[in-house]
Amino acid sequence: MAESAIDAAGILAPPAGAFRARTRAKIDPGTTDGSVGAPYNRRMSSEAKHKLRVPRPKRGVVRLLVGTRKGAFRIKSDKERKVWAVEKAWFVGHTVHHVVSDPREPETILVAARTGHLGPTVFRSTDGGKTFKEASKPPAFEPAAEGLSQRTVNHTFWLTPGLEHEPGVWWAGTSPQGLFKSRDGGRTWKAVKGFNNHPDLDKWTGGDKDGTPDGPKLHSICIDPRDGEHVYIGMSGGGVFESTNGGKAWTPLNKGCSADFLPMPDPEYGHDPHCMVLARTNPDRIWQQNHCGIHVMDREEGTWKRVGRNMPKAVGDVGFPIVVSPFDPDTAWVFPMDGTDVWARTSPGAAPAVFQTTDCGASWKRQDRGFPTENAWWTVKRQCMTHDEHDPLGLYLGTTSGELWGSSNEGRSWKCLVRHLPHIYSVEAVGVQP
Amino acid sequence: MIVFLPSPLYSYTEGANRFEVRGKTVREGLAALDKRFPGILFRMVDEAGALRRHMRIYVDGASDDNLEREVGPASEVHVIAALSGG
Repeated sequence: MAESAIDAAGILAPPAGAFRARTRAKIDPGTTDGSVGAPYNRRMSSEAKHKLRVPRPKRGVVRLLVGTRKGAFRIKSDKERKVWAVEKAWFVGHTVHHVVSDPREPETILVAARTGHLGPTVFRSTDGGKTFKEASKPPAFEPAAEGLSQRTVNHTFWLTPGLEHEPGVWWAGTSPQGLFKSRDGGRTWKAVKGFNNHPDLDKWTGGDKDGTPDGPKLHSICIDPRDGEHVYIGMSGGGVFESTNGGKAWTPLNKGCSADFLPMPDPEYGHDPHCMVLARTNPDRIWQQNHCGIHVMDREEGTWKRVGRNMPKAVGDVGFPIVVSPFDPDTAWVFPMDGTDVWARTSPGAAPAVFQTTDCGASWKRQDRGFPTENAWWTVKRQCMTHDEHDPLGLYLGTTSGELWGSSNEGRSWKCLVRHLPHIYSVEAVGVQP
Repeated sequence: MIVFLPSPLYSYTEGANRFEVRGKTVREGLAALDKRFPGILFRMVDEAGALRRHMRIYVDGASDDNLEREVGPASEVHVIAALSGG
């Protein structure tokens, strides 16, 4: 299906075999030796599951960048990750959908913002947040191609830095669904025409009716770390799409993915991925928290498997965010929500809990120690759960009620780090690839 | 024309809110303002050329969101940030 689809430009997408050969050919030889950084080599069940080097754990202070409905904030820990405080407040009053630091230049921070009145833009700091400058050309649609309706960017929703060897490259996803790229560190943005002008875009996305309460979105821009031309995106609504030529051509990548709100049994597109992540040490392992459950795909196979069926039935497998361990492609965390009848989208039973798998979704373990056990009605949105790169891994989540929660032991226990923030839209760790 | 700006745009103008600019229409006046304060136009007018949803224009005291409205050198153009609530 998607493997052999011909795109609108008449370009034949590579079959699975060609995909494997291509990605292997582009792997940096220095990252394929199977070496693993201590101490994680002792805990891996199999080194073969890693295609890239396992990163060495970091130590010391962790900084979190928090986007909210009323501004951006930076939260700082002590060296032991025990004491946390709000360190900075930026753009108070702005609607901030995403705040991301550049792993290539940690002093660089990009902020996707707008206000209730003013149009969407991107601000950029190169001095760790002391000063910001606005993009001289923020993401904006170009005049519509013939046959397509003119669209306007309501807000930039998602920011993804490019690869380590692509300095200055950033990608942005917008509402409504648009894809943009910057090659100058976020100063100017250009439309990715192969996507934004694709004649099937309206058909893929379902238009304005098929999106989140504040608009349909392009999110989860995932770049294959071996090949900057190999890009995955998620659309709510629309599904997962893949490009192997830097965005010139796109094919749906939704085979096997649930879409039980649609009348057809296995549609090619129209799905609702909420959050998608490539495993750091195996970028061919793709995790997806979908509107219709938790899925995982090994790209060589090209079919999504609904591993969320192994979640407790009383909880279900609906949620917004998903986090994958940077050290282990089989380990992931989700934050389930109530997806019954009218979709409350709050924690099931008003008792928040994270669920962890360490066996690629075959089993899930509830992790709720420290969370309220009743009457906690908050939601964790798709960009609001992340990790650091420490050992043990730190996990963080931000709530619609303005609380930031953290775990310094891979989810075994949780504590509230900061209260009284506005409605949280995103949480990212400084220096960590989102 | 004389353009008056609302407080959400003061970050571009260092707090100034009254500007004399040249132009035969409101759109031309706002475009002239953008040359002085790059980026300010896109915050008011989207890429399709439409006034943003929660911005309004008053010309000489009368509400008129038509950016093609012709104005004279003494016309007063007030840009209003029109959004209430939380």
